[in-house]
Amino acid sequence: MNSIAIIDYGMGNLHSVASAVEHVAPSAQVIVSADSQVIREADRVILPGVGAIRDCIGEIRRLGFDELVKEVAQDRPLLGICVGMQAMMQRSEENNGVPCIGLFDGDVKFFGNPLFEGSQRLKVPHMGWNGVSQTMAHPLWHNIEDGERFYFVHSYYVPAEPDMATVAGQSDYGYSLAAAIAHQNIFATQFHPEKSQHSGLQLLENFSTWDGRI
Amino acid sequence: MGLAKRIIPCLDVDQGRVVKGVQFVDIRDAGDPVEIAKKYDEQGADEITFLDITASHEDRDTTVHTVEKMASQVFIPLTVGGGIRKVEDIRNMLNAGADKVSINTAAVFNPDFVGEAASRFGSQCIVVAIDAKQVSAPGEPGRWEIFTHGGRKPTGLDAIEWAQKMASYGAGEILLTSMDRDGMKSGFDLGVTRAISDAVSIPVIASGGVGNLQHLADGVTDGGADAVLAASIFHFGEYSVQEAKRFMHAQGIEMRL
Repeated sequence: MNSIAIIDYGMGNLHSVASAVEHVAPSAQVIVSADSQVIREADRVILPGVGAIRDCIGEIRRLGFDELVKEVAQDRPLLGICVGMQAMMQRSEENNGVPCIGLFDGDVKFFGNPLFEGSQRLKVPHMGWNGVSQTMAHPLWHNIEDGERFYFVHSYYVPAEPDMATVAGQSDYGYSLAAAIAHQNIFATQFHPEKSQHSGLQLLENFSTWDGRI
Repeated sequence: MGLAKRIIPCLDVDQGRVVKGVQFVDIRDAGDPVEIAKKYDEQGADEITFLDITASHEDRDTTVHTVEKMASQVFIPLTVGGGIRKVEDIRNMLNAGADKVSINTAAVFNPDFVGEAASRFGSQCIVVAIDAKQVSAPGEPGRWEIFTHGGRKPTGLDAIEWAQKMASYGAGEILLTSMDRDGMKSGFDLGVTRAISDAVSIPVIASGGVGNLQHLADGVTDGGADAVLAASIFHFGEYSVQEAKRFMHAQGIEMRL
């Protein structure tokens, strides 16, 4: 039976993620767990996260999930969501600088306050539905139109640098930001697929059957 | 393509049923909150706000249960407000599946609660609700004051200063309701909406007074709101959310269609 583990480190909207995955993959076994052994046995793993990075990384390390995430990242489909994606980077500027797990190259930066696009001032957090350009062909984009909108809520972002080969989706909000990043069997989104209605549910459905190959 | 402006249908829920008062007094029954939320989701609502207006604490379990049911069937952001006074209330709502909570009266009596909530759960899930009433006379420069208890009790707090203070305490968003306009169907108070929207760097949701689709568009174009919230025009079938989005889009407002 297809099992999907959602890592529970006490930070985040685990139930929203779980109910969205259950909705799109009714035959899968969806497990919300803080038990490393249970997570290690799952076919697919999701690292969600909301809130401040220092608290998230603090809990991830305290529970030994940094090593666990690196371990499962070697051999099975892994999905990071929002702060879960940020936790996969090298370092975040938030909370005066926090070293992260380091599955991907690149740092997490603050949008800044005030944030401008031309002469127009933009509100921070970046909150709401923004379009995502698919900058990489990927099985997780299956049945999702290029440019489709997803729901974002964040004040820190991963810049989509032109030389960054791992950017799978890009959005614009004052800067070009990585809306999704991907490498081999790892995919991570800055937006919340579990809150992005049809397009988000489609992405989760794609993940629930993904074999981890691009 | 940029960030879309949001339309947020609001459900006022009392003991598990959606109701909508006219200026918080006259209550008409409008139905089952989960079914209504699903309908709005299908119509393309960008978020749902659930305001718990249940008076007694015994009925809070009903609210948690309704939020759980809604969150398991509707996959767009859900904000829950009403009676959020303690960290534990926030945790209960987030655990039930809410993405954000809206803090109103508790913030007025204890502003530090907003700071504590934001540092504990993150600013992204802390909405501060502001109920403002115009206190300046016609012709004078606009001045608005915060009211509590459904608009009955003045606090002496200036609405604009208060909004700035709440943003500095870590609020992620402001839900601004004009008490003069609520239920009047004469449009948002664009003066206070613009003043607060310009004064804070966090998103502002305009609420109170929507009677037609032009009012929604005006909230964004003239009021500078990032999102618009309405209840009765959607509940009683006058307009669908989809119609509202098309109307605003036709006026050049970026929308998720």
